[in-house]
Amino acid sequence: MPGDVASGETLISLRGVRKIFGEGPTAFAALKGVDIDIAKGDFVAVMGPSGSGKSTTMNILGCLDVPTDGEYLFRGYHVERLDRDQRALLRRRYLGFVFQGFNLLARTSALENVELPLVYRGEEKAARREAAMAALDKVGLADWWDHTPAELSGGQQQRVAIARAIVTHPDVLLADEPTGNLDTERSIEIMELLTDLNRNSDITVLMVTHESDMAAYARTIIHFRDGLVERTETGKKA
Amino acid sequence: MWATTFLLAVREIRRHLLRSFLTILGIVIGVWAVVTMVTLGNGATAAVKEQISSLGANVLQVRPGQGFGRGGGGPQPPDFKIEDIDAIRTQIVGVTAVAPLVQSSGTAVYNAANWSTTINGTNREYFVAQPWTFTGGRIFSEAEEQAGKAVCIIGNTVRSRLFRDEDPVGKRFRIKNISCEIIGTLASKGQGGFGNDQDDIVLMPFKAVQRRMTGNRDVRTIMVSVDANYDSQAIQSSLRDLLRQRRHLSAGAEDDFNIFDTRQISETLQGTTQILTSLLGAVAAVSLLVGGIGIMNIMLVSVTERTREIGIRLAIGAVAREVLLQFLVEAVTLACLGGLLGLLLALISTLALAPVLKVPFIFDAQINLIAFVFSALIGVVFGYFPARRAASLNPIEALRHE
Repeated sequence: MPGDVASGETLISLRGVRKIFGEGPTAFAALKGVDIDIAKGDFVAVMGPSGSGKSTTMNILGCLDVPTDGEYLFRGYHVERLDRDQRALLRRRYLGFVFQGFNLLARTSALENVELPLVYRGEEKAARREAAMAALDKVGLADWWDHTPAELSGGQQQRVAIARAIVTHPDVLLADEPTGNLDTERSIEIMELLTDLNRNSDITVLMVTHESDMAAYARTIIHFRDGLVERTETGKKA
Repeated sequence: MWATTFLLAVREIRRHLLRSFLTILGIVIGVWAVVTMVTLGNGATAAVKEQISSLGANVLQVRPGQGFGRGGGGPQPPDFKIEDIDAIRTQIVGVTAVAPLVQSSGTAVYNAANWSTTINGTNREYFVAQPWTFTGGRIFSEAEEQAGKAVCIIGNTVRSRLFRDEDPVGKRFRIKNISCEIIGTLASKGQGGFGNDQDDIVLMPFKAVQRRMTGNRDVRTIMVSVDANYDSQAIQSSLRDLLRQRRHLSAGAEDDFNIFDTRQISETLQGTTQILTSLLGAVAAVSLLVGGIGIMNIMLVSVTERTREIGIRLAIGAVAREVLLQFLVEAVTLACLGGLLGLLLALISTLALAPVLKVPFIFDAQINLIAFVFSALIGVVFGYFPARRAASLNPIEALRHE
């Protein structure tokens, strides 16, 4: 049954998930039967070479895409049975996204960027402001609330993006190569921020990366190869 | 949800002020053109109506010759005789007033001032046919008319040129070397339909003008005022028959006079200006449509340009309907802004142009409302296609879009 999940219990489970792109002779199987269980409160890094299926898996986990075959249970919801709008509502309620390219709205202040998910939730203006400021404070950018992305460094932009992802207090934060565009120092800052959110704000973090230094922050590391889970290990720093 | 989408749309418009302005430019110009054309057109129609009515309602003007002039070659058709006036009055039913018009021109002199003006000799019935208002004095008495006494009623231009602030009634002045007593002054009628000054006039009993100025008993123009309860066409045709008979025209001969029906002319001219107004309005409406296509263009470009942004919104949890609504509300808000701006410009330009074109400014709420609603409608129609395209984007591909 859909409902709240206590920390440590299974939040996400993929069962025999296959994803095939295209049809006929040009059809390409990106995922060939993936089984993954992720407990609430986990910090998971997904690794693997390009074409291994890690991005496809993240898209499915992020409810942006549906499997061709198999089951995806999230909080007890059969995500594979939901339509486009239902999945959008699921994202709105439970998920937060961080992208490699930050993907902030240009010419829009940090505060307005962070507010955006709350706008779609229909929150009142005062409540929006308060929650957005709290989220900016959490990522250490409260003083920068009125700056547009162009006026912020890459590391700062990614922090704003993280603030936007956590402003709704999501269950899961999905991060797609969050440090891909940053230098090592900024990357470490971002990883420390994600670790902090995972530990102290009870947010399950799913992260795609190809840098093992960054994957080392995770508690669980899942290696993909040719559309299958190759192996699972425990992170070194965790 | 409406408030939310409206907020997002307004934010987006504010964020791209220049682009937004260029987007609505077509609508602005379209609404501006339509409202200006129709408003000025209505003013022109009203002006024509006003000028024609200053000639007198339901008045037939009868002149010798065909058309407005006295004709080209050949013998000049004769003027009318004063007996024709009496014949019309007694033999035609439905006529309320018949007035002769004997014209002359000359210089009016009072003290040191002089002024060259038009002198019209006429009778008491003239004031029934012509809508003159008196600012002072009276019309000629029957005795004065019969005797052809030198009494004058002067128009406003003559009054102001010769007498300035003095009250002329009871004073004597010289006109064409005749000493004339002023018995009345007329209120201003302004410019006539042909650009003439209707107030530059002196009215006298026709016999006075005939005897002392023109030196004959001819009458150039007859004005016939028609009872509104009678058919003007029937009266015209019996008037025509009577004059043909009196002027001894044989059955096959053409008329050597013409009857000018002010009401008919009024209707024709009003019809013409109304057709012109509609035509100009229609041309302007096409530009409004082109403006709508402009909105669609920019919105389509904007959807492509903002693909990534749409991806972000979808990933964050916007449902397709919200994205559709956002783009639609954006288009409609833009179109309405364009409409309002167009209305404002139209108001300013019609207020500025009306005095230049010498037409009255008539605010037409209906055309303003129609133009505004139409521009909003254009927003809906031309905004829908780009909005649907935005809403149907796949979030994964949209996020990957460079």
